[in-house]
Amino acid sequence: MHPEFEAVIGLEVHCQLATESKIFCSCRARVPAEQSVGEMAVNLNTCPVCAGHPGTLPVLNQKVVEYAIQAGLATHSKINLKNRFARKNYFYPDLPKGYQISQFELPICENGWLNIETDAGQRRIQIQRIHMEEDAGKNVHMAGFSLVNLNRAGVPLIEIVSGPDMKTSEEAGAYLRALYAVVTYLGICDGNLQEGNFRCDANVSVMPKGSTRFGTRAEIKNVNSFRFVEKAIDYEIARQIEVVRSGGRVIQETRTYDSDKDITISMRSKEEAQDYRYFTEPDLIPLEIDEAWVQKIASNLPELPEQKKTRLISDLGLSPYDAGVLTGTKSLAEFFDRVVQILGGSALAKPAANWVTGEVSRLINEAGIEIHQSKIRPEHIADLVRLVHDQVLSSTGAKQVLALVWTSGDAVQVIVDREGLKQVSDVGALDPVIQKVIENNPKQAAEFRAGKDKLLGFFVGQVMKETGGKANPGLLGELVKKKLLG
Amino acid sequence: MPNHSIPFRTIQEVHSAFESQKLSPVELTQEYLAAAKKSQLGAYLTLCDDLALQQARAAESLIQKFGRVPREEYPLLGIPMGIKDNLVMDGVRTTCASKMLENYVAPYTATCVSRLEKAGAVTLGKLNLDEFAMGGSNENSAFGPVRHPTHPDRVPGGSSGGSAASVKADLCFASLGSDTGGSIRLPASYCGVVGLKPTYGRISRLGLVAFASSLDQVGPFAKTVEDAALLMDVMSGHDPQDSTSIPQGRLNSFATTRTAPSWSQLRVGVPKEYFVGGLAPAVERSIQNSLNWFQKQGAELVPISLPHTQYAVSVYYVVAVSEASSNLARYDGIRFGMRPAGSEQAKDLNDFYRKSRSLFGPEVKRRIILGTFALSSGYSEAYFHRACQVRRKIVGDFTEAFTKVDLIIGPVAPTTAFKLGEKSSDPLTMYLNDIFTIPANLAGLPALSVPCGADEEGLPIGLHLMAAPFQEDRLISAAHAFQNGFELGKV
Repeated sequence: MHPEFEAVIGLEVHCQLATESKIFCSCRARVPAEQSVGEMAVNLNTCPVCAGHPGTLPVLNQKVVEYAIQAGLATHSKINLKNRFARKNYFYPDLPKGYQISQFELPICENGWLNIETDAGQRRIQIQRIHMEEDAGKNVHMAGFSLVNLNRAGVPLIEIVSGPDMKTSEEAGAYLRALYAVVTYLGICDGNLQEGNFRCDANVSVMPKGSTRFGTRAEIKNVNSFRFVEKAIDYEIARQIEVVRSGGRVIQETRTYDSDKDITISMRSKEEAQDYRYFTEPDLIPLEIDEAWVQKIASNLPELPEQKKTRLISDLGLSPYDAGVLTGTKSLAEFFDRVVQILGGSALAKPAANWVTGEVSRLINEAGIEIHQSKIRPEHIADLVRLVHDQVLSSTGAKQVLALVWTSGDAVQVIVDREGLKQVSDVGALDPVIQKVIENNPKQAAEFRAGKDKLLGFFVGQVMKETGGKANPGLLGELVKKKLLG
Repeated sequence: MPNHSIPFRTIQEVHSAFESQKLSPVELTQEYLAAAKKSQLGAYLTLCDDLALQQARAAESLIQKFGRVPREEYPLLGIPMGIKDNLVMDGVRTTCASKMLENYVAPYTATCVSRLEKAGAVTLGKLNLDEFAMGGSNENSAFGPVRHPTHPDRVPGGSSGGSAASVKADLCFASLGSDTGGSIRLPASYCGVVGLKPTYGRISRLGLVAFASSLDQVGPFAKTVEDAALLMDVMSGHDPQDSTSIPQGRLNSFATTRTAPSWSQLRVGVPKEYFVGGLAPAVERSIQNSLNWFQKQGAELVPISLPHTQYAVSVYYVVAVSEASSNLARYDGIRFGMRPAGSEQAKDLNDFYRKSRSLFGPEVKRRIILGTFALSSGYSEAYFHRACQVRRKIVGDFTEAFTKVDLIIGPVAPTTAFKLGEKSSDPLTMYLNDIFTIPANLAGLPALSVPCGADEEGLPIGLHLMAAPFQEDRLISAAHAFQNGFELGKV
């Protein structure tokens, strides 16, 4: 970033709640596991209520309130025991009623916060509000005409609005990941980014360094990948700084991020902005929440990422970095917990952590899936860690095994036996191979004996090659040296 | 004018005729359907012959099976009824008297209608109204006005004009209407029938096509208070599908009409704001005569004040139109509403909306535009939010008044039915006609109109009774006694 400027970033996250039914009717809100959204017949998951038929009325799904309260409690927010719904009026084909039922003046949660960790250390990001609302349908554009699919209309969302507290895309990314971890730990969101379960609008402005007056902001709409949010923010900061430095003025507008070109593009200016004409939803009575219910929900909250991270550091002696990666998603954290459990405690936790944060994370990130969607099971990692520790497998061999687990899901022992990857630590077995390598390379042997120590690596390498990488490298050095000099 | 061989005044009389086999439900239904087809009033928009006859046959076989009318389970067995065409019935056209919904067929039935059906009622068809229930004369129907049942050059009142006229003209035995600012009581008064607007939340709004959600209530029209009470008993009660319906809402009002009110304990409030100028002399005299009658029975007349009455019309025409602008947004030709010719050639989405939204009639357009303005950024504080504040003052007036009195009695409207076209060019005069009925909607009170006289031309005059929220029994008991005791006559 230009040294004379600083950026101000605030994020609005739309998080789809994992309730069984929609927010105001009994239609399904989630696609069954065996089905994909694409396979679901268009407009079949609708009823007169979510299709907005004349005369229909909303009835609030209690589970939505419970999930919103969980999100509020997990982000240290104040729960408004009296809150109410409002209508947000706008015309769009995917909005069957011509208004969205949302919350405006009195949202269910206010004034929370979330800690984030970046290279610069820990910071606290304010959460201004969390409110409940219904999702719209989806327009499908064809050649010359458009169709509307209302399967998603009425699916419950919470919108989580941060304070304008972040200064860099790194902080924004850290906030998103921390928030994502919270809602997935709670189990209130399925967290499927591709399906738009967790999507983000970013408000970005720049101002001269040290200023207290925010610049004019642009809103980047609907980005559904953490990496893209970071890139969009970086682009937007650079763009705005360039506008200001070249004597222009940033205009208040809504922009969209084009991930192919890695740029943001103007969608509409403030003048074209919608006037939502909010007013209290007369079809729903003000929501009054029993405090005892809130307390009951609070006492049943699961272990949250921050608590889990602290536990991994203090109980297992992991580094804050490893603990951070391991608690970044609920599935990874649960996976790691299970590995440690199989290994019987903290003794091998560190190497286990290295495996999970290293090779395993690399594989799932490259595939863009979560650990539980892969073929790798905690038992696989526990077996690998133990075999490496017992020197039955070299670390290179272990990586090969993991690659085969990834594709086949077969048990580690089966792969080791089948592929013959067992590390050779048997002196009797290695001795003839070493002998042969020395005989084949008399020149190098003589040079080594004359004091050229560096050539030890050459001989070890040759033996490794002969044994197909199965020789125990620690043992091998000693044996080769002994043989050459002895 | 009654087309029927045997005149009946109440549902009980009809049931007696069924039991003595003087009449069968099928015969009665056929008679009503024939009368409805012959009628020139414009009361019906859709007739459900097949459905009605099927229901009548079912009623007939029940009577045969039991050897009597099983009133406990089927209090409305075989009673032919009309339904205002802003209440949906599964598989039947619901137009709201709008071009926009000319071909809309609902996939479900309104709770109030399904409760009538369950009680054995015969649904003859759908009744005309002002478009989307917006109006006080029934001249705003896209399918033509309803005419006054006895004076065809006059309006029947609105917006439930078809519901009132059809009961008076014996085109159905009783009917359903909806009341947002007087739309049941005003036509009841003009046509000389009983019309009741319940407490907000008493009858489920599910299936009532919304005009102004915080004001709308469904209610009955009948010739007698006791029949209206019976309909209330059938329709009232909690509906889990309407969050604004009250939890214990089931009435047992019919029973209260079987015993006389304790007159000496009845305090009748007479608001001074309801008797200041503008009242037609005949109306004023009829109301005064009615009040005298109550006094003669032993009730105490208590002068009261409802100081914020003068703001009621303004508040109403901000709140109602604001909610309407949102409620009617869905009629855009995409999911609901017609697509006018040329809309397929629209340049873009805005152009499409411009074309499709033009199908509304002028009054509906006027209200959508007013409501959009009243809610818009920069104006909502001065209009919508201010109106909501004053609404609370009006509620406060009534809360205060009902600590001193049990009922409030006054006129329903300043005049009797006016001539077709007389006021249609002047919306403001039309709006002021609602001055006495609007406050009950703003405060959510139960209120009814019961005939109390007629003017020199024989045009009916309604007496307006209001009670505190949930006090329908008190309202019904007093109105029933009045209807049976007070001699109707020309002044």
